[in-house]
Amino acid sequence: MPLATTVNGERRRGLVEPRRTLADFLREDCGLTGTHLGCEHGVCGACTVLLDGQAVRSCLLLAVQAEGAEVTTVEGLSPDDGSLSPVQSAFREEHGLQCGFCTPGFIVSVTAFLRDNPNPSRVEIVEALSGNLCRCTGYQGIIRAVERAAGSA
Amino acid sequence: MSVAAGRFIGQSVKRKEDPRLVTGHGTYVDDVTLPGMLHAAFLRSDVARARITAIDTAAAKALDGVRAVLTAADLNGTVRGPMLPTLFADGAQGPSAPIKPLAGDDVRFVGDPIALVIADSRYVAEDACDLIEVDYEILDPIVDFETAAASAELVHPELGSNVGSTMATPPDESLDAAFAGAAHVVSETFHQHRHANVPMETRGIVAAFDRYTGDLRVWMSSQNPHEVRMCCARILGMPENKVRVTQSDVGGGFGQKYFMPRDEMVVVLAAHLLGRPIKWIEDRRENLLASNHARTDKADVSMAVDADGHFLAARIDHLEDSGAFPSGGTGGTGVFVALLFPGPYRVAKLGWSTTAVWTNTCGRGAYRGPWMFETVAREQLVDVVARQIGIDPLELRRRNVIARDELPYASPGGMVFDNVSPAETLEQAAALIGYDEFRSAQAAARAEGRHLGIGLGLYIEPQAGMGPLGVEAAGLRVEPSGTVDVFLGSGSHGQSLETTMAQIVAEHLGVHVDSVVVHQGDTDVAPFGGGTGGSRSGPFLSAAARQASLQIREKAILIAAHLLEAAPDDLDLADGVIAVAGSPTRSVTLADVAKTAYLGSDGLPPGMEPGLEVVTRYKAPMVTYSNACHACTCEVDIDTGRVTLLRYVVSEDCGSMINPMVVEGQIAGGVAQGIGGVLYEHMVYDDAGNPLTATFMDYLLPTAAEIPMIDYGHIETPGITPGSHKGMGEGGAIGAPPAVFNAVADALAPLGVKLTRQPLTPSALVAAIESAGASRSR
Repeated sequence: MPLATTVNGERRRGLVEPRRTLADFLREDCGLTGTHLGCEHGVCGACTVLLDGQAVRSCLLLAVQAEGAEVTTVEGLSPDDGSLSPVQSAFREEHGLQCGFCTPGFIVSVTAFLRDNPNPSRVEIVEALSGNLCRCTGYQGIIRAVERAAGSA
Repeated sequence: MSVAAGRFIGQSVKRKEDPRLVTGHGTYVDDVTLPGMLHAAFLRSDVARARITAIDTAAAKALDGVRAVLTAADLNGTVRGPMLPTLFADGAQGPSAPIKPLAGDDVRFVGDPIALVIADSRYVAEDACDLIEVDYEILDPIVDFETAAASAELVHPELGSNVGSTMATPPDESLDAAFAGAAHVVSETFHQHRHANVPMETRGIVAAFDRYTGDLRVWMSSQNPHEVRMCCARILGMPENKVRVTQSDVGGGFGQKYFMPRDEMVVVLAAHLLGRPIKWIEDRRENLLASNHARTDKADVSMAVDADGHFLAARIDHLEDSGAFPSGGTGGTGVFVALLFPGPYRVAKLGWSTTAVWTNTCGRGAYRGPWMFETVAREQLVDVVARQIGIDPLELRRRNVIARDELPYASPGGMVFDNVSPAETLEQAAALIGYDEFRSAQAAARAEGRHLGIGLGLYIEPQAGMGPLGVEAAGLRVEPSGTVDVFLGSGSHGQSLETTMAQIVAEHLGVHVDSVVVHQGDTDVAPFGGGTGGSRSGPFLSAAARQASLQIREKAILIAAHLLEAAPDDLDLADGVIAVAGSPTRSVTLADVAKTAYLGSDGLPPGMEPGLEVVTRYKAPMVTYSNACHACTCEVDIDTGRVTLLRYVVSEDCGSMINPMVVEGQIAGGVAQGIGGVLYEHMVYDDAGNPLTATFMDYLLPTAAEIPMIDYGHIETPGITPGSHKGMGEGGAIGAPPAVFNAVADALAPLGVKLTRQPLTPSALVAAIESAGASRSR
């Protein structure tokens, strides 16, 4: 099927199989390998991207569902100059990652969360993070990173 | 006693790994793409034990985009060496399961690979798997490891027994006498259930064999690239120097990626057979049902105790489930479970036995503290002793813990503990959690009908330095510009070694940490090394990096002395500048020295070998020890069985901390895995050997909502390795399970509830509360 979408501000046109997932389209067709696949059944959250600003699981969406939409991946969150976004920087400052595999999903989820709720409580932060799985950090640094990013945003 | 922090060592230096990882610019194995690369998918057995009577691949082969459908008939004859880790390949470590590439005549667990489809895309490869017809003659599986040894059916007929290994201490009259004469003998049977490593990145490999150069190129999600290289060479009968293995970013392993698993070997065999680049990325279902599982232990344990609560003798009879195809040997560490069972306590005598059995389930593998059942069984037993003889668990530990002035302490398991601080960590953890205050709060809560509990987990963690685990390598090159490249035989997969080892080099060489770049994970670049696992990088790899740094520092100072016409003893190297002490204007930069070493060798001291580069190896002691104490508090809702963790503290002694931020991160990750293991994670098989928990909807990992914020205390008792750093990567997952278990048991003990099995799920707890007759009437 024909697909026309915008990814990280760039227009993308092409033909995709109807069954191709958005995650595979982003990773393989667009070469944006920052979006990771941890479970492919919508639980772990590593594949989270923004679809018209909403955090979604790209493993559960078909590429064709992004027709006419704006997709933002983790690569699209940082400025072009090699610096980090406030959320990315906070994850580094607070040791919010170790192996880094789940991290893009957390960064995207947290970016959307803080946009909608710039001054969250600890309870709200924990609830917002509970849709993403991390196996390395015990979530300690991630929770601190969200608090730091909220403070700096 | 503590160790002074240096300019870089002991500082929470921000990680060099992070900028690429937080922006999505890491390179994990699934991010590797080669020209002409094909994609693989496995067809796996969906029965636990059966004879295969027919495999029909015709329809699969006929599907558009399918390039090959390989079965045992195609692939098994191409193997040229044992499909085992190097440690087990010669059989000296005892028998291993008869591992073949693909199941041919029979299948032995759900997930056993039967066919490998190679296609233009993973989508097509999976379509083709669905078209393969396999006819089975179903056999009764051996699923229950407690009855496996007595079963007339055999998991591996080739081995003649379902017992993979068994060892025991000989009869000991003095041990028997210690038990017979004790004021109290407390016995219990504990079970630890099957759960798994579950790295967020599943396993994966890209393999490419060039028939015209004879080169095999492998990219793999691994903890140990040189081991992968040796395995590839062995199974293909290839010269090792024609194999290059690259491990770049790895999304966690926790032991699962330490050896080269069977599935990855199959992909390598296929790539070699077909001469085409092949990628296989494990999906989550495969990871949960066919990567290694872990834990699955049972032990009958006893402690002889005198009238004052002093431990006299201990006994453990341990049984572990090896599954069908563990990565090597029986996949277990039963002897270490037995020998470490007395732990950080004064126990004069020990008797033990340990047995590993085969079952028709997924094979057992290493998982963060593979022997940790010793701590689970001991610390849970200590709490049972405390309850039975009426001494508070903290007080009972105080009476028995090894004190500093008793070191070195020869434990009856043969370990000689030294440079450890179990008594200090016990006191620090008790203070951090507010033990006495909690007991008061607990009593008040009980009066209100609320059930609070507190649990401790005290342990000594060994880092094995024997055999292939005992040598770590570091290469170091100061480039002509003065920047520093470090080459390590490690396989960091989240441990932050790019940062911590740069801190080591910066400190000991005398340069800024920003000028050091750490390279690892590429067998063409890194010196031969043992990868990352077993909590060995902190103590041993750091010692190699330190040794390389000091050697280069010494040579740089000799060159500078020659250039400055000064005495070497008068020179110091700091921040990349070598200056005469007291007259900083008389100086040269490390870059000047390096330029001379490579490009101006006529200016070197007479007879000196040019260059500013070294590869050096550190031989570790047989074993080193770190230690810690975990303490946590919880509330149990006796109507729903829900456990809420209230506070969690860890007092840890890993010697001199290279990077406190990283130390605490490692502890936290292990604690979360331990909490998950006790309360949520459970790999369940039904009686027919079908796994029931092969998705994240069923296999429950803890989320941010389940893990409390952790408080830390640090005691820095210098270790015996040159930098005084001790290993601590596994400890969090060792101390947490008994601490959590003991807290829940403590909360419910006044109700007469006895807990001996994990996981402590709501339904398990409600059942235990009901069977104690303690549930509230509704």
